[in-house]
Amino acid sequence: MPVSAPRALHPGAWWVWALSLAVAATRTTNPLLLGLIIAVAGFVVASRRSDAPWALAFRLYMYVGAVIVASRVLFRILFGGVDGGHVLFTLPRIALFGSITLLGPASAENLLGGFYDGLQLATMVICVGAANALANPKRLLKAVPGALYEVGTAITVALSVAPQLVESVQRVRRARRLRAGRARGLRAIKGIVVPVLEDAMNRSLHLAAAMDARGYGRREYLSPRLRLLIAFCVLGGLVGISVGIYGVLDGTSNWPGVPMLAAGVVVAGAGFVLGGRRIQRSVYRPDPWRWPETLVVASGVGACALLFGTARVDAANLYPSLNPLRWPEVSPWHAVSLLTGVLPAWLAPRPPEVAR
Amino acid sequence: MIEFSQVTVTYPDAPRPVFSGVDLLVEEGELCLVTGRTGVGKSTFLGLINGLVPHFTGGHLAGRVRVGGLSTSEHPPREFAAVVGVVGQDPLAGFVTDTVEEELAYGMEQLAVPPAVMRKRVEETLDLMGIAELRKRPLRTLSGGQQQRVAIGSVLTAHPRVLVLDEPTSALDPVAAEDVLAAITRLVHDLGITVVVAEHRMERVAQYADRVLYLPGDGSVRSGPPAEILATSDIAPPIVELGRLAGWSPPPLSVRDARRVAGPLRERLALLSGVRASFESAGTTLEARGVVVRYGEVLAVRGVDLRVGQGEIVVLMGRNGSGKSSFLWALQGSGPMSVGAVDVGGTDPRSLKPRHARRHVGLVPQTPGDLLYLDSVDAECAQADAESGAAAGTARALLDRLVPGIGGELHPGDLSEGQRLALVLAVQLAAAPPVLLLDEPTRGLDYHAKRHFAEVLRELASQGKAIVLATHDVEFVATVAHRVVVMAEGEVVADGPTKDVVVASPAFAPQVAKVLAPQEWLTVDEVADALASEGPA
Repeated sequence: MPVSAPRALHPGAWWVWALSLAVAATRTTNPLLLGLIIAVAGFVVASRRSDAPWALAFRLYMYVGAVIVASRVLFRILFGGVDGGHVLFTLPRIALFGSITLLGPASAENLLGGFYDGLQLATMVICVGAANALANPKRLLKAVPGALYEVGTAITVALSVAPQLVESVQRVRRARRLRAGRARGLRAIKGIVVPVLEDAMNRSLHLAAAMDARGYGRREYLSPRLRLLIAFCVLGGLVGISVGIYGVLDGTSNWPGVPMLAAGVVVAGAGFVLGGRRIQRSVYRPDPWRWPETLVVASGVGACALLFGTARVDAANLYPSLNPLRWPEVSPWHAVSLLTGVLPAWLAPRPPEVAR
Repeated sequence: MIEFSQVTVTYPDAPRPVFSGVDLLVEEGELCLVTGRTGVGKSTFLGLINGLVPHFTGGHLAGRVRVGGLSTSEHPPREFAAVVGVVGQDPLAGFVTDTVEEELAYGMEQLAVPPAVMRKRVEETLDLMGIAELRKRPLRTLSGGQQQRVAIGSVLTAHPRVLVLDEPTSALDPVAAEDVLAAITRLVHDLGITVVVAEHRMERVAQYADRVLYLPGDGSVRSGPPAEILATSDIAPPIVELGRLAGWSPPPLSVRDARRVAGPLRERLALLSGVRASFESAGTTLEARGVVVRYGEVLAVRGVDLRVGQGEIVVLMGRNGSGKSSFLWALQGSGPMSVGAVDVGGTDPRSLKPRHARRHVGLVPQTPGDLLYLDSVDAECAQADAESGAAAGTARALLDRLVPGIGGELHPGDLSEGQRLALVLAVQLAAAPPVLLLDEPTRGLDYHAKRHFAEVLRELASQGKAIVLATHDVEFVATVAHRVVVMAEGEVVADGPTKDVVVASPAFAPQVAKVLAPQEWLTVDEVADALASEGPA
């Protein structure tokens, strides 16, 4: 086991690891396997996150996940009144126009289907949350290609102003009480939203001006035609990548996934190179890429690849049957595959302590 | 180094240009103080130097601004990053990264400085600004003075030849302001950097300046040596006012210069006595006992007692973060208070609903704009009347008495700092509270606005209101306070009549007191009154 001094792992490594887990989650609706992925992500976050503000966001993603699951199930109750199956309870049916009805009988199959779907989405959201909690988003931004200068400015401003927004809400709410204004409820919203938005607006402009004055996005002159070409390459390439990823992940569709993905990467890459070449930057004490980074990436990608590789073994266990209703079962192959994803809890170096 | 030729700036919808036909030259290695009343365009002037005006703010620039050979009309602000370093009013609002070290490196990264050079410059700058022990600290946890020094350091790493600072010390307590100013003067003298600084508290900066750029507000800029410009300008620090009164020419700019010529004045004044009578209160309006405010593990206020009489003006002073604001909020009843009792006319405002509490204690917070949310001055006034249960027109009448002639249709966001403060004060006074609390009210006010505001406070006190204000502004304290309470680490370390507390203190003594010590004079007005009563000798 590599022992090393506390340091922050390269944010890119955490993102690859987390996204690999998220991709793995797309391949199963088995609640036990999804739960395993959440547990793996949660365990690694708990053992390797720093005490910086962004690291505390993980809990928020867990809440979002819970809301997703709950709303999926509620929607199944609301819209999915299908006869048949094991009816758990029956609500009075409300007929809308045509054949559309609300409520009605709620069957175990239907609700479980909603639960599985919701849990799958929630797992992916939680994986993204894990990456956010483990990697400093601002350090990741340093790796953003120069061609995305405007997007980079917007994200940096948003990341800096968002936490301040919370503070300014608290400050304005406190100030509202001085005027005997309501601090809660609909009528208070104007009294709070107006000063807070004004504040956020001013801060954003300040920050953007400060970044400009300190040389952010310095570039040589580009001809309009070249700029158009860069924009086309970047946007077209990204669309290609999105379509390609959809094709790759959705095993059933006839999309030409892999070639689309490859073409997209090439076009977008060309755009980034064209645009980035004109922007000169350097990096202060760049996050090094050492063995732990490679191992973390390998464990994430490995978990995902192993799951995909073992998918043919006990394929039924990946998508537990709803009709007929059965208990979901876990094949040991799948469980072991996913458990490789937990290794970063020991492989990654301990995060540095934040001085107070 | 900085060259303006025939510069005219016009904002859209403005009746007349902010600057018209300005010509001026700032030499290399000068410390240049930009002065003028609020709203004459100091920020616009600073923005012109690196091209943020008009590239970022809009508006039209005619003429030419050249800095280090580059013209702002041909290059966007980001290409000036290696030539001009800009630090805004609120350093926290300009920070891009999370920690001190990353912030220092940020500008260099954008300029593609090689990594080895960056490491070296970061270390040098940490030492130069005296912030080496803060290198790993998150920026949000720093104190105001530390933040300001980090902000200056973060633009210095790009090795600019010009440094532009907008109000670098106005939010700081006197000691932190001294630290920042010491760092700035070191840059000028040791590195030959040209510094352009705008500052309302001229008394802090004037003595270090090589040149003063005075903006009278008619679109012109007067440039010259400080003594010459300040001798005639309509805003001047107290020490210059004293010099004018005593007929010293050229007027002294530092306490040392003034003391060397003040001998005869001190002899004259020794025979006279000050007219400031000690304050005798008619009765107690506000009484707080054992106030403790706790935020989690941190004790912000540790058992403070305060008694304020009817018609008394009490000032809270102390470092940033010494618990002044927390104490004021606890007194009002809206802020947290762990232990303690507050008594205003027999009731504790804490036990009342907000709309009743504000009839006992009114508080004007540090950012008065937080209280305003409607789209015109008239709407705010009408809303204040409704909230206070006062007769229609009460708030408007109060506002007209505080600052006459503010258009009712104006948007509160378009008011000057002084006007906005007056509006918030009117809103809070509409409820007719016997106690008024103000947190840092003089931020952003020029000398005229401060003088007017002091008159307003004295008038309110003469009507019997008890007033407590927290401020760093020692000159303002000298003009209004009956009593000064100094806080440190959440405890009261001094409490007494203004003269007793302030005169002997190196940090809190106003300039006049320092010049005329050991005699106890606080303000130019006191001295003027005494000299007038002297009669023909």
